[in-house]
Amino acid sequence: MNLKELYQEIILDHGKNPRNLRKTENFNKDAKGHNPLCGDKVHIYLKLNENKKVEDISFEGQGCAISMASASIMTDLVKGKEEFEVKEIVNDFLDMIKEKDELSNNILHKDDKTKLMCLSGVKQYPMRVKCATLSWHTLTSAINNSQEEINKDNN
Amino acid sequence: MNVSDIKKEFPIFSNKVQNNDLVYLDSANSSQKPLVVVDRIYDFYTKEFSNVGRSVHYLAVAATNLYENTRSSVQRYINAKEKEEIVFTKGATEAINLVASSFGHKYLKEGDEVLITELEHHSNYVPWHYLRKSKGIKIEFAEINQDGEVTIDEIKKKITPKTKIIALTHLSNVTGAVLPIKEITQLAHSKDIPILVDGCQSAPHMKLDMQDLDCDFYAISCHKMYGPTGLGILYAKKKWLEDLPPYQGGGGMIGWVKKDDIGYGDLPNKYEAGTMATAQVIAFDESIKFIKKIGIDNIAKHEEELIQYGEEILKKNNSVKLIGNPKKRGAVLSFTIDGVHPHDVATILDEDGVAIRAGHHCCQVLHDKLDLTASARASVGVYNTKEDFDKLNLSINKCKKIFNLK
Repeated sequence: MNLKELYQEIILDHGKNPRNLRKTENFNKDAKGHNPLCGDKVHIYLKLNENKKVEDISFEGQGCAISMASASIMTDLVKGKEEFEVKEIVNDFLDMIKEKDELSNNILHKDDKTKLMCLSGVKQYPMRVKCATLSWHTLTSAINNSQEEINKDNN
Repeated sequence: MNVSDIKKEFPIFSNKVQNNDLVYLDSANSSQKPLVVVDRIYDFYTKEFSNVGRSVHYLAVAATNLYENTRSSVQRYINAKEKEEIVFTKGATEAINLVASSFGHKYLKEGDEVLITELEHHSNYVPWHYLRKSKGIKIEFAEINQDGEVTIDEIKKKITPKTKIIALTHLSNVTGAVLPIKEITQLAHSKDIPILVDGCQSAPHMKLDMQDLDCDFYAISCHKMYGPTGLGILYAKKKWLEDLPPYQGGGGMIGWVKKDDIGYGDLPNKYEAGTMATAQVIAFDESIKFIKKIGIDNIAKHEEELIQYGEEILKKNNSVKLIGNPKKRGAVLSFTIDGVHPHDVATILDEDGVAIRAGHHCCQVLHDKLDLTASARASVGVYNTKEDFDKLNLSINKCKKIFNLK
């Protein structure tokens, strides 16, 4: 494992120019996430339409390249997906970061899966796993619309 | 003072860390341990172990003598007036919690003010917050100036007739500012206000003299002083230790116990409930001997040169922004790099064996004030050299390259 695998071009690009870094107008679900150890913050805004499809998703926050890239890629990939599909993608991603070698969902295209796999480099850096997963936990919280702020040490 | 000889006394530097020589720039977080300290813990457990202060058998008496011997060493080292003014705690955090709890219990009521500063580590803020919640006290913050210092004038400005205690750091673990504690203490005492000093960052790096400083309470972290973890020291003037109620109740701290009432033990037992970190206390005597052998003045001079050198090097690096510009800077250099988050910096440096701290360093109030979520920090100890800063700078340049910065 070397740094090049962690800081791949796509991570640096999304980290530097995060997509969907804004606040969705008329959002109907949102949640805040916070990593108390490093102070990273993320606020996810979600707009689901009447068919429970993600019409728009955005985020605001501050953090390292890994956390910004992760939120950026995540918001890109779940846009247009249905709520149950989003849940499946989130779980699949978190399982992959925790233990699995590959993503197993049938929702994302191969290119999108490749993009997501770029984040798997953090597995070799246990202290940085939280950076990659914070926005995903926060998305789950937004979908469930629980008011509880995400700040757990969960991987 | 020969740093390469001193470094040899620390076993950690003879091992590779991820195939690199270790460049340890995280001593403000915790210092490395010389072999004498590690050996002392081993010897105590293997040859001399017993609990202290209770049984009358040979080992118990010998262990008690060793334990009390460290108390005397600490007393002499920080020039406290009396041995009973040294209380062992599980850390500086517990030392401050002890004062906040016991002093707060007896002397603070709704509307009273505790004056702290924006530089404080969470361990000198959160314990006072408990009293804000439970008793309705107010916490006032003395503010930093543009150089990251808290001046005596600022303290003067924030003292009101309601100020009941001043609690502040001796040396900021972020900006490196050294506060004029002796003068602040004189000011506080002129208004009959006691003062607690968080000495975590000062104790490993400068000569301490409690009678000269004249402060009421002083908290020390032993693991930052080449000593074991799980151990701190509360220095408190005897009049306070006699006056305040105990912090925790349990074995060892009592005078007598009846069904209808309890009397507390003599000092310092009154504040040392339960079985203490015996091996750590006994080994800490070796840490003091280690520091004394080199001489704290020599250590301070060496570290001052290092920090000056580090400051020069980092100032020349155009992407690096130093945090704070105090007239008198302690053993820490905090910085940010434009375009690279401190956590990414720390991970990239780590690949080269350069260990620094990244985050808010338990100082969120200060980082909010500086409009930062996090910063990177290089801090030094007796074993560091100028080459360590050269390596730090090389690794920072590697960060810049990875992130395509000029």
